[in-house]
Amino acid sequence: MILIGVLIVIFGACIICAVRAVLGPTAPDRVVAMDAIVALMTTSLVLLGVYYNASIYLDVALVYAFLSFLGTLAIAKYLEGREVES
Amino acid sequence: MIELIAYAMLGIGSACALIGAMGIVRFPDVYNRIHANTVVVVGGAILTMMGAGILGGLSIFTLKAIVIIIFIFLANPVSAHAIARAAHRSGVKLWRRSVVDKLKEEKQ
Repeated sequence: MILIGVLIVIFGACIICAVRAVLGPTAPDRVVAMDAIVALMTTSLVLLGVYYNASIYLDVALVYAFLSFLGTLAIAKYLEGREVES
Repeated sequence: MIELIAYAMLGIGSACALIGAMGIVRFPDVYNRIHANTVVVVGGAILTMMGAGILGGLSIFTLKAIVIIIFIFLANPVSAHAIARAAHRSGVKLWRRSVVDKLKEEKQ
């Protein structure tokens, strides 16, 4: 039961982060907000794995964290080369 | 006893996630928001995952959770540093009330 409460709090935090991902004035703001959302989603996958007692959720969480890391590095590399629009 | 520790980790972790998410919305510029992002990841995600891994019992489950925790713990500073470097190089302004920018002084 406490796992469901923690999941609801984490989804609330995801929605609050999504506000910044929509509003964010520059591209790095959006990237930072999406990075936080992905970390919280990985956490929620681990919590779901505990709740349903299924180990497959953890494999998905590991691959998701790895791909988000690569994606963040690729976006950072792309952003370095260009001037920001004011 | 060990379940009590797991519940405390879950509680502190979800509180950290909520506070860090508020920080991401409320802070004034990109560099401050990166600080709030690391609060969400290290305080919220890793502590909650540790609590869940303890609650799952000692099995292959805990081992996989530890692998995910170590990976996120190593990957988050790298990605935060890359984003901050890219933002500074592409000319994102600091907040107007920031007092010092040592990297800009160093480049001149």
